[in-house]
Amino acid sequence: MVGLLTTRTKAGDQMSTDGTHDQAPDGEHRGGLRVKRGLAEMLKGGVIMDVVTPEQAKVAEEAGAVAVMALERVPADIRREGGVARMSDVSLIKGIMAAVTIPVMAKARIGHLVEAQVLQSLGVDYVDESEVLTPADEENHIDKWAFTVPFVCGARDLGEALRRIGEGAAMVRTKGEAGTGNVVEAVRHMRAVLGGVRRLQALRHDELMAEAKRLGAPYELVVEVAETGKLPVVNFSAGGIATPADAALMMQLGADGNFVGSGIFKSDDPLGYAKAIVAATTYFDKPEVIAEVSAGLGKAMRGIDVATLPKEELLATRGW
Amino acid sequence: MLALQGDVREHLAAFDRAGAEALPVRTADEILGVHALALPGGESSTLSRLIRVFGLEAPLRHRLSGGMPTFSTCAGTILLSRAILDGTVDQLALGALDLRTRRNGYGRQVDSFECDLDIPLLGSGSFRAVFIRAPVIEGCGPGVEVLAAHEGRPVAVRQGRHLSFTFHPEMTGDLRFHRLFLDGVGELLESDAPLPSEGSAA
Repeated sequence: MVGLLTTRTKAGDQMSTDGTHDQAPDGEHRGGLRVKRGLAEMLKGGVIMDVVTPEQAKVAEEAGAVAVMALERVPADIRREGGVARMSDVSLIKGIMAAVTIPVMAKARIGHLVEAQVLQSLGVDYVDESEVLTPADEENHIDKWAFTVPFVCGARDLGEALRRIGEGAAMVRTKGEAGTGNVVEAVRHMRAVLGGVRRLQALRHDELMAEAKRLGAPYELVVEVAETGKLPVVNFSAGGIATPADAALMMQLGADGNFVGSGIFKSDDPLGYAKAIVAATTYFDKPEVIAEVSAGLGKAMRGIDVATLPKEELLATRGW
Repeated sequence: MLALQGDVREHLAAFDRAGAEALPVRTADEILGVHALALPGGESSTLSRLIRVFGLEAPLRHRLSGGMPTFSTCAGTILLSRAILDGTVDQLALGALDLRTRRNGYGRQVDSFECDLDIPLLGSGSFRAVFIRAPVIEGCGPGVEVLAAHEGRPVAVRQGRHLSFTFHPEMTGDLRFHRLFLDGVGELLESDAPLPSEGSAA
């Protein structure tokens, strides 16, 4: 990468939480791009599960989750109950962090930099700047370079993914349509992101600026993706994954791993669903394994046809 | 390359650049067919569970007791350790390495770091080491050779045919450890009768 982005990266990289530079004589350095993106690399091929209590976090860990996402209500409940959805209660997040040994992520509202600062001070391992919560800023997302804690953000297409990466996101995920148990939007977004990557590879170098304009994405990142043929960060699926087959579908479409929200703890058998979705994510290309782990699981969460939702109830359209 | 979960792609790419034929393995038959096995970084509790549920513990133990060389980073090193501290209940410890290893020994993600290490075995030129929610080796048996240490704690060790790290040499493009490992595997293949398979080196 060259130009503006590189400069910004370095500035963000060397600033620690208390605003001092912590570059030691042996080059020791915390919170840099490599360790932020690197944790997401370690989560690949895994499942990150939404949990609202320490007990649920333990179930997720027992089932083989690579991380848990702490939130106050799962998306299906946010959808049903309405109201403003915010960062979780701090004591709840602390309880979840104390309950498990796997990484703990937590959600902050889009643009709510103070919620993110609070989460960083608690020591959560990843912050999800999430459209599932009610946005705090309808114009701007958080400047994620200013943090030591890494961020994951949602995206519906390549331009949105690159805008978030340009702001410092160290991991992206599809937005999907959270809390519906309907995988259709996650599929649409995954195809849009990865199709966008494939399209960039087909372009000549002198067409990339126009494409950057069309995508609304930083030019340097557009060039990087065109040259490498992949996103510079890990890309998970999220938003509507409810069954082992859904999880495997997203992996076959090119996801690096899966977030599962309401799909686990809104099913008949959370531990069974959680274990089966973990297995299907690893053996995503082995239908016989998916068949075996799917047998006898009981009912999945009740889904919603996204086409029946009024526009104002869609979560994916929050953020840009 | 054990490919159940984790940074498999980075390992495969590093071995590929170092000149090995590396392929992902996820089944018992595949584990029985390789000349050497790399265990990636990832979430050790998840890997432990997948190994148990999908019947991979027995073939792994069989191959390890038969002297299969391994290259392991972070979670992979935890899995191969004799004892795991701060693990989940019943977390798998395959015991090929005489190590006592503490999960997340440096703390949480905000404590993840990178630094330069001096590694006499590799000659001059420091090695950029990336530690991500890394484990800490708290004890080594007499057969373990410490290749590098950070703040007095071992971070790269060798025990017989096993080369193990608490950091991620697959992430930085520095292939010196990969080449060291592949040279050892190559010597082993020349001296031993080859395995009765078309397996490859990782």
